[in-house]
Amino acid sequence: MSWMKKSALLASITSVALVGAACGNNEEGGAAEGGDALSGKVVMDGSSTVFPIMEAVAEEFSAEQPEVEVTVGVSGTGGGFKRFVTGETDFSNASREIKEEEAAEAEKNGVEFTQLSVALDGLSLVVNPANDWAQDITIEELNKMWTDTSIKTWKDVRSDWPDEEISFFAPGKDSGTFDFFNEAVLDDTDIREDAQLSEDDNVLVTGVAGTEGAIGFFGYAYYIENQDTLRAMAVEGVEPTPETINDLSYPLSREIYTYVNNASLKDKEQVAEFARFMNENAGALSEEVGYVGMEQARYDENMKMIDEIAGE
Amino acid sequence: MALPNSEFKNTKNLMNRETVSQRIKRRLQLNEIFKYIFLAGLFFALVVLSTLIYDIVSKGAGWVNLDFLRNFPSRRPEQAGLYPALIGSLWLMLLIVPMVFVIGVGAAIYLEEYAPKNRMTSFIEVNISNLAGVPSIVFGLLGLTIFVRVMELGNSIMAGALTLGLMSLPIVIVASQEALRAVKMELRHASLALGASKWQTTFNVVLPSALPGIITGIILAVSRAIGETAPLIMVGAATFISTTPSNIFSDFTALPIQIYNWTSRPQAEFQNLAAAGIIVLMTMLIAMNSVAIYIRNKYTNRH
Repeated sequence: MSWMKKSALLASITSVALVGAACGNNEEGGAAEGGDALSGKVVMDGSSTVFPIMEAVAEEFSAEQPEVEVTVGVSGTGGGFKRFVTGETDFSNASREIKEEEAAEAEKNGVEFTQLSVALDGLSLVVNPANDWAQDITIEELNKMWTDTSIKTWKDVRSDWPDEEISFFAPGKDSGTFDFFNEAVLDDTDIREDAQLSEDDNVLVTGVAGTEGAIGFFGYAYYIENQDTLRAMAVEGVEPTPETINDLSYPLSREIYTYVNNASLKDKEQVAEFARFMNENAGALSEEVGYVGMEQARYDENMKMIDEIAGE
Repeated sequence: MALPNSEFKNTKNLMNRETVSQRIKRRLQLNEIFKYIFLAGLFFALVVLSTLIYDIVSKGAGWVNLDFLRNFPSRRPEQAGLYPALIGSLWLMLLIVPMVFVIGVGAAIYLEEYAPKNRMTSFIEVNISNLAGVPSIVFGLLGLTIFVRVMELGNSIMAGALTLGLMSLPIVIVASQEALRAVKMELRHASLALGASKWQTTFNVVLPSALPGIITGIILAVSRAIGETAPLIMVGAATFISTTPSNIFSDFTALPIQIYNWTSRPQAEFQNLAAAGIIVLMTMLIAMNSVAIYIRNKYTNRH
C-alpha cells in the first residue's frame, strides 16, 4: 500500500527531525581564524526605523563577505534591547537612546556596549494639502494641540486660522518615533485620547491624506515618499530638508542608533568588520533609503571607538 | 390558540381559504426574502475576495518573475527578491506537515479508538478544542520560552516549526477526531470479527477511510500556520538574512515576515513587491492544497 510507505516516510522524517532537535545545536560558530574571507554570524535586531539602513548595509556587506551570515530582525527598539541586554544579539538598532533600566539590565548580565550613531531623521509634522493656512508651527503650539482635548479646531490653536476641525494621527506608543515626540514635544504629558494611533506609518499617511483638517507625524522618509499627497509644516520656522536635518537646525532632527556588544566586537572578527563596513557606508546608504547622513566627523568618531574596542 | 367561540360556530370549515392563501403568500415571500439575504451574504464575501485578489494581482503581477524568486531582498525594489523567505517557508512546511501528521493523528486515534470514555478524556478533549482558539502570539511566547530558551534551539527553523506545529495541532486533532468518528462502526466490527487486532483494524480499516477528512484538517491547519507572522517574530525569526538556511538549526526568515516588512516601507514600489510576495504565498498554498486534494480524492474513491 503506497500510503503506508508514505506515512512511514513521513514518520521517519519526523523522527530524524526530533532526534536532531534532542541532540541540541552545537553549530554556534565563531569567526573563522585568519584569512580574508570571514565566516560566522552577525546578529542584529531592533527598530523598524533603522531596518532599511541596516538591510542596505547587510546587502552590500554580503557582496563582500558572502560566507558571513547576517540577520536583521525587527522586534522594535524595546524588543531589540530585551535580546541585546542578555547578550543574544551583536547589534541592537534603536530609534532612541537606551533607557536606564535597559542599561542596568545589561550591566547585571555583564554585557558592555557602545552606542554608535548611524544617521539622522527629521520627525515631520504633516498636514493635508488642502490645509493652506498652517505653514509654520511652534513646539509650544504642538504641545498644546496634542495634549489638550479642549482644542477642537485649527482656530483654537492660532486665532487667525480657520474653524476647521482637527483629526490627529500618530505612531503607536511602542515606537521609538513616539518616544521621541513624547520627549521633544509632549514633555511626558499624555497624548490626547482622541488621537488615532497606528503602528503602520502608511496608515497614518493614508489618514492624513484623506482628512482635510488632519495633522500627523512620522519619519522624514514617509513624508518624502508621499509629497504629492501630504505637506510638511515648518517647525519653529525651519522646514525639514536634508540640509536642516543634517545641521540639526530643524528642531525635530533626531539621531538613530545602533548599539554594539563590546565583547562581540572584540572577539568576533566578522562583527568588527561589519561595524567598520557599516560606519563607512551608513551615510551614503541611509540617504538612498530616505534618511539623512551625518557629518563625516561623526563617523570618524565612531570609527575611533570601534578601533579602540576591536583592536586594529 | 383557541378561536373565539362565535366564529367557530359560524364557520363550517376551520380553515378560512382567504386567510390560508394569504398566509401561504406571506410564507413564500419570507422564503424569497431569506433566499436573497443569503445570496447577498455569498455575493458580499465573493466581492470582497475578488476585490482583494484584483488589487493584489494588479499591483503585484508585473513584479513576479524568476529574479524575484531567485534574489535576496534589496533596498532597490527592482533587484529585490524573496528567495530566503521562500526557502524558509518551504523548510517550515516540510517540518510542520509530518510533525502534525504523526502527533496530531496519533493523539486523535488514541482519543477516539483507545481512550476510555470518561471525565478525564472529555476534559482533555474540551481543552484541546479551547487550545484551537488561543491567539497565535501566545504560542509564539510559549515557543520563545520552551524551544528557543529552554531547549536552546535558538532562533532556528526548528524552533519556528515546532512553535507553528504546536499551534496547528489542536485543529489537526479535532479534525482527525471528527474524521475517525465518521467511519462506520460496521467497518470496525467486520474487521474485528475477522480476527484482526485493534491496531490492525485501526491502521488498515479505520485510518484509510478517515484519511480524506484528516488531510482536510491538516491542509487547513498548515495553511494557517504558513501565513502566520506573529509567532515567528516572537521566536526571533529574522527579517533580513544574508544566507539561505542550510539545515534545520539555521536562522531563517519566512514569506509573511518579508511581505509584512515590505508593506510597512514608505516607497510605493515596495507595496507592489509585497503584493507580488502575496501572489507567491498564495500560489504556494494553492499548490499545497491541490496535492492534498489529489490525495484526498484518491482515498475517497477507494473507500
